[in-house]
Amino acid sequence: MSVFLLQRLGQAFVAIFGVMTLVFFIQRLTGDPTYLLVPETATQADIEAMRRSLGLDQPLVLQYVSYLWDMLRFDFGTSYVQNIPVTEIIASRLPYTLQLAAGALFVAFVVGLPVGLAMAIWRKHPVTNVLMGMVLGAQSLPTFWSGILMIMIFGVWLGWLPPSGSGSFAHLIMPSIALGLLSMATYARIARSSILDEMSKDYVRSARARGVGTGRLVGKHLIRNSLIPVISISALEISQLLAGAVIVETVFAWPGLGQLTVQSVQSRDFVVVQGIVLLGAFVTISVNLLADILYSVVDPRIRKGGRA
Amino acid sequence: MTAVAATWRRMFWPQAGGGVPAGVFVTILATMVVVAIFAPLIAPYDPNTQNLLGRLKPPGTLARDVYYVLGSDELGRDLLSRVIYGARVSLSVAFLSVILSGCVGITLGMLAGYRGGWVEVVVMRFVDIFLSIPAILLAIIMVAVLGPGFVNVVLVLALTRWPRYARVAYGQTLAISNQPYVRLAKAMGAGPVRVLFLHILPNIIAPLAVVATLEFGLMVLFEAGLSFLGLGVQPPTASWGAMLSVGRNYVSSAWWIATFPGLCLFLLVLSVNLIGDRLSAYLNPKSR
Repeated sequence: MSVFLLQRLGQAFVAIFGVMTLVFFIQRLTGDPTYLLVPETATQADIEAMRRSLGLDQPLVLQYVSYLWDMLRFDFGTSYVQNIPVTEIIASRLPYTLQLAAGALFVAFVVGLPVGLAMAIWRKHPVTNVLMGMVLGAQSLPTFWSGILMIMIFGVWLGWLPPSGSGSFAHLIMPSIALGLLSMATYARIARSSILDEMSKDYVRSARARGVGTGRLVGKHLIRNSLIPVISISALEISQLLAGAVIVETVFAWPGLGQLTVQSVQSRDFVVVQGIVLLGAFVTISVNLLADILYSVVDPRIRKGGRA
Repeated sequence: MTAVAATWRRMFWPQAGGGVPAGVFVTILATMVVVAIFAPLIAPYDPNTQNLLGRLKPPGTLARDVYYVLGSDELGRDLLSRVIYGARVSLSVAFLSVILSGCVGITLGMLAGYRGGWVEVVVMRFVDIFLSIPAILLAIIMVAVLGPGFVNVVLVLALTRWPRYARVAYGQTLAISNQPYVRLAKAMGAGPVRVLFLHILPNIIAPLAVVATLEFGLMVLFEAGLSFLGLGVQPPTASWGAMLSVGRNYVSSAWWIATFPGLCLFLLVLSVNLIGDRLSAYLNPKSR
C-alpha cells in the first residue's frame, strides 16, 4: 500500500514541478517576460526599472531558481494592474467558481445517472434512442451558445430568471445547467456502459434466475457495483468544470475565476493568469491523485501492482 | 469495391437501433466543407461591408437594396454571408491544428513506445505535465503571451493537444512492437523510421483516427471559445465564436445574431462527434 502511495505521490510532485517549469518557459516564449508584466502605458524607463526590480536582468538559471522559490512559498506575485497580491484576488473569486462547479456537478449527477440507467435497462426501447440523441446533443452543445439561448428564453422572453450576474440562488440556476450539461452527457454515457457491463456478469444472471425483479436488481446490485467508474470519472470532470467555467462565467457575468481569467488577459494582468493556470493544474493533479488513492482503497488489485 | 460500399453503408446507415442515420451527419459536414471552400461564390454579399442604415435588421428584411436573409449585425453586415465565411475559420483552424498536433503527437508517442528507455520517460512525462493543465487554460495563457490571430491560434491549439495523440500512439505501439512482423522487419535491417512509419503506423492508425475525429470537434469548440473571449481570429474576420460574443450583447434586441452562428457550430460539432462515435463503434465491435 505505502509503496504504491509513495510512487503516486512522487509522480504528482514531478507533475506539479513540471507544470511550474512549463509556465516559466511559456512566459519566455516571446523572449522578454517584462512586457507581459508592465501596464500598457509604461515608458521605456519604467520597463527597465521593472526588469531590474523583478530580477529579470539576471541569468535565466537564477531567474528560474527564484521563481521556483516563490512558488514553493505560495507567493504568486502581485498584480501590477490592481496592486493586490494574486492570492488575495484569487481567494476573493474562488467561492463563486466553487458554487458554480457544485451546481453543475449536481445537475450532472441528478440528470446524468438516471438517464444512463434508463439507457442501459431499456436497451432496445425507442426511448433509449431519444435519450441517446439528447446525450449526444448535450455533448456537442457549445456552452456559450446554450447559455445565450437560455438567457434569451428564460431571462429575456419569459423573464423567469435573472439573465446574468450574481447575488441570489436564482442567478446560479442557468449557469449551473449550462456548465453541467456537458458533464451530464459524460455521466450518462459512463453510467450506461458501466451498468451494461455489470448486467452481463454471472451474478446478475443468477439473480434473475432466482426471480429477482428489475427494480430490486438495480437497487440492490447494479447501482453499487457500477458506481466505481462513475466516481473515478468525477476526478476528470472536476478539472473539466474548472475549464468550462471560463466560458460560462463570461456568458453569465458570473464573478468567479473564469471571468477573472478573461478580464486579466484583457487587462494584460499576466501574473493573475499565471496564478489561475497554476491553481487549475494543482487542482487537477491533486484530484487525480485523490481518485487513484480512493480507487486503490476500493479495489485492492490496483495497489497490488496489477493493472485493473 | 462492393464490399467497401457495403462496409460504408453498414457504418453510416445501420439497419436497426441507430436513431438518426449517420449519413445525415456526413452530409451536414460535407455541405459545410463545400460551403467553406466556395464561400466567395456562395455568400450573397461581402461579409465585411458595413451598412450603418441597415443595423440590427431582423431576418428577411430589405434595407438599402440589401436583402438580409438571416438579418444583419450591429454594423449592418449581412449575417448569412458572415456565417458562411465563419465556416472557413472554424474548419481551417480545426483542420490545421488536428493535422499539426496529430503529426507531432503520433510521432513522439510511437517513438516513446518503440524506443523505450529515456525517450519514453521524457516524452511520457511531458505528456503528463501538459495534460495536467486544463486545456483551455493552457491555450489562454499561451495566447496571452503570443497574442491572438489565426496562426497563433493554430499553433497554440496544436501545442495544447498533441499529448492526446501521443498517449494513444504510445499505448498502441507498445502493444504491437513485439509482434513477429515488427521483429522480422527489424531483423531484415529496416531502420527505425521505416519500421515506425511503414510497419507500425498503418496498424495503429484506426484508434488514432477516432481520436483525431473527436479532437476535430473539440478544436472547433476551442477556436470558437477563444474567439468568443476575444482571443481568437481578430475582427473584422467573421468567426462564429466572435459573432456569438456580439450576439450575447444584443440578446434582448437581436436574437438572430447569436442564434444562427451558434446553430451552425452546434450542427458541425454534433456531426463530427457522431461520426467519431460511429467510427469507434465500428472499429471496436465489442462496445456496440
